[in-house]
Amino acid sequence: MIGDPLAAIVLAQSVATAAYIVAALLFILSLAGLSKHETSRRGVVYGIAGMGIALAATIGLVATNATILPQGALGLILLVIAVVVGGAIGLWRARVVEMTGMPELIALLHSFVGLAAVLVGWNGHLYAAHVSEDLVDIHHAEVFIGVFIGAVTFTGSLVAFGKLSGRLNSKPLVLPGKNVLNLGALVVFVGLTVWYVITPSLWLLVAVTVVALALGWHLVASIGGGDMPVVVSMLNSYSGWAAAAAGFLLNNDLLIVTGALVGSSGAYLSYIMCKAMNRSFLSVIAGGFGIEAPRSDDDEHGEHRELDAATAADMLANASSVIITPGYGMAVAQAQYPVAELTERLRAKGVDVRFGIHPVAGRLPGHMNVLLAEAKVPYDIVLELDEINDDFASTDVVLVIGANDTVNPAAAEDPGSPIAGMPVLRVWDAAEVIVFKRSMASGYAGVQNPLFFRENAQMLFGDAKERVEDILRTL
Amino acid sequence: MARIGIVAEQPDERRVAASPLTVGRIIGLGYDVVVESGAGARSSFPDTAYVDAGAAVVDRTTAWSSEVVLKVNAPTEHELTLLQPGTIVAGILSPALRPELLEALAARGVTALALDAVPRISRAQSMDVLSSMANIAGYRAVVEAANEFGRFFTGQVTAAGKVPPAKVLIAGAGVAGLAAIGAASSLGAIVRATDPRPEVADQVRSIGGSYLEVVVPDERKEVSSDGYAKATSEAYDRRAAEIYTEQAAEVDIIITTALIPGRAAPRLITASDVARMKPGSVIVDMAAAQGDGTGGNVEGSVAGERVVTDNGVIILGYTDLPGRLPAQASQLYGTNLLNLLTLLTPGKDGQPTLDHDDVVQRAVTVVHDGAITWPPPPVQVSAAPTRTVAAAEPVAAKRALSSRTKTGLIIAGIAALFLVCAFAPPPLPQHFLVLTLSIVVGFYVIGKVAHALHTPLMSVTNAISGIIVVGALSQIVVADPTVQILAAIAVLLASINIFGGFSVTRRMLGMFQKGDQK
Repeated sequence: MIGDPLAAIVLAQSVATAAYIVAALLFILSLAGLSKHETSRRGVVYGIAGMGIALAATIGLVATNATILPQGALGLILLVIAVVVGGAIGLWRARVVEMTGMPELIALLHSFVGLAAVLVGWNGHLYAAHVSEDLVDIHHAEVFIGVFIGAVTFTGSLVAFGKLSGRLNSKPLVLPGKNVLNLGALVVFVGLTVWYVITPSLWLLVAVTVVALALGWHLVASIGGGDMPVVVSMLNSYSGWAAAAAGFLLNNDLLIVTGALVGSSGAYLSYIMCKAMNRSFLSVIAGGFGIEAPRSDDDEHGEHRELDAATAADMLANASSVIITPGYGMAVAQAQYPVAELTERLRAKGVDVRFGIHPVAGRLPGHMNVLLAEAKVPYDIVLELDEINDDFASTDVVLVIGANDTVNPAAAEDPGSPIAGMPVLRVWDAAEVIVFKRSMASGYAGVQNPLFFRENAQMLFGDAKERVEDILRTL
Repeated sequence: MARIGIVAEQPDERRVAASPLTVGRIIGLGYDVVVESGAGARSSFPDTAYVDAGAAVVDRTTAWSSEVVLKVNAPTEHELTLLQPGTIVAGILSPALRPELLEALAARGVTALALDAVPRISRAQSMDVLSSMANIAGYRAVVEAANEFGRFFTGQVTAAGKVPPAKVLIAGAGVAGLAAIGAASSLGAIVRATDPRPEVADQVRSIGGSYLEVVVPDERKEVSSDGYAKATSEAYDRRAAEIYTEQAAEVDIIITTALIPGRAAPRLITASDVARMKPGSVIVDMAAAQGDGTGGNVEGSVAGERVVTDNGVIILGYTDLPGRLPAQASQLYGTNLLNLLTLLTPGKDGQPTLDHDDVVQRAVTVVHDGAITWPPPPVQVSAAPTRTVAAAEPVAAKRALSSRTKTGLIIAGIAALFLVCAFAPPPLPQHFLVLTLSIVVGFYVIGKVAHALHTPLMSVTNAISGIIVVGALSQIVVADPTVQILAAIAVLLASINIFGGFSVTRRMLGMFQKGDQK
């Protein structure tokens, strides 16, 4: 039986189809498993198993096909090289990446999916021999849609990567009529699609690729650095849709299922982020949400008070309950280890130490949780905004480490503030607030923080890591 | 260092603008405080208590000639003549209802601060006398009702027979209404409450009342944007009137608290409703003072009077409910004033300053150096979902979609999907089926993810979206070198994603650990 190449291909085809169904199910189980700490590791195992099955089945299918194709051997060699090299790079990056650098890595990985989708789309144009007559128009439209989404994801993710890693200025780019530009790009895309369906020529494909690359760049470039958590999860969603589009193009249900799973999960994550930042979901998808609201006058300026590490240590030692609210500044200073040690020491003394994490703290959803987990802070004392917000009033000392906008009372109290209505951690309700900060500069949203001038707030200036270590020494 | 004068009120007012406690803290702000002799007597604050707190007791003219004069009620015509030009006078001035008072104050060349004009924003809550006084009035209204009511509030089973609990209806669940609900339910009564703002239902339940919702078909409920109740629609009023009529026949006590700023009090209980009530029932109309001559919220109530109807229902129209708890009311009013003074004295140097860029200070200043500055520019409360920030407007617009439009959109979407699937050649319909089901599955699966796991989730979805490798793989063996090279690059990129994504996720999850595992 195996000797007959055609029969073998038919067999490999049906094996692959079955494997794809199993893989799709495993991916769903994987995402479901990741919803809880207890099952999260099992979730990853499901994901890896699903991917393994899908890859094995596909490679089996390709290898069987290769036996009857003229350039099959070359293809197989390329395949092995590409998988080995790509896998090695991926494993290496995953091993060496700093946890503070996760947002950049994830953004970069999104761009790879986008580029891969573009390449698959191009191949769809270059090699369309297997497409039957009545499906040819649809095939062309699919090529276009796939290339478009992929290219938008690619440049968008690259810009996000650049902004997150500091290679690009994180200030939003404001071109005149940016919404018109975005809409115009969409209109051009629709027009080109129709044209290409009628007369499929290569230059149209080049044109649409260029338009999409420019659109992706512009979408993310016009978004300020403070909104990056939303951008990253939005690009996650885009990369899913790119895979789904490729599935339509290649007539492959596994790609559609997986793409749609990733796409809808990314969209849902962005939606959660938007709610946490009081942004509109629709305007995020459209890329128009980097618009800064008019800044309120800095009229609530007053005197801030400073304290030194020894005094802070005293206050902590005498407190019975402490809440730590970290922000991106903790990640920048790599202060999570000393913070974890401080937590451990205080807990050993019987102080009730907990963490309050704002949904958009850091540059990635859940970024702070990952950092604290890295430093071995037990996750059951790391609480969410809603869980902890009512407890600030009964707390002795709050440590604000590198957070600014997420603890800004202006959001709750000043309706003219650009961040008005954004849910914030009500740290100012606590008896004492110690703010770790480099200087009096304002946060990412560019809003002055009246917290610093409150009577119960004291500033501890300097590098967060060094200051926390100073406190540890005094303790 | 400025001098602050606490003056005695007219004989019909039992409150005073500062208690010995708040006087001590005003002195802490750097001010000199003088108290008119006998000012606190009716609130049980003797002159000696003020002296102990650090104030000087002086005569009437001296107290009135201070740089800052603190009052409870608006100054009378005679009292106005005691004010020196340039003085700051603070009190409850009702600027919206008494334009002639503002003119008189302006003519006198003073600066007038109306504590009842404090905007309803969180920062200003500590100065909001309407809230603090309404709280007291609501409590007192229940006490007054209990005093007139010839029965227990609480239900009891005794050797002498069973006593049913009193049924109390509170109309309007603002501050006064909520205070009344709390007081009545802690006395043991069955308490029901009505309010046009559906968002207060939870507040009503939280203090022991049950919320009677006025269900009006086809009307979107107004979420209050400035914290006050607004006038209601006709359909709403009709349905609400029916509820009041039903309730009147059933309940023993009605307390009405409905006030709309700057307007006559709405009529909630008509004479025929009153006629349906049982003899011995009690109505407290807390809006009697803002009535139109035939009563406030209740037809037939008389401001400041106790009225007994033909069928033996007692209607109380007392307008001095806060003043009936004078020591408590003076204490809270004094604290409100103290908080305002704290805001006006940022340097704690005894020098009051007025900063008109601050919304609170702008709003309370109704006359400034002889010029009328009422009304202030509008202030939006930030708590409600209707927002002022331009960036958030689409959200509000989205919320505004009625359920009918939503259903319409869903139907349109389903119809579009149907048409595409009906006319597209195979295998497209099948693909669409797979796509839509997967989107729904993805949405539900992700909806439960713990916030802390968002980053691992994202890196796993990242790895999974590397599944595009399957597409690239199928193209790698076709007989076209260009295609093969492009496919190989795609395979390489996707492989980075797959291997990198999964292994970094494993690394991250390895770090998460629970406290007791240590």
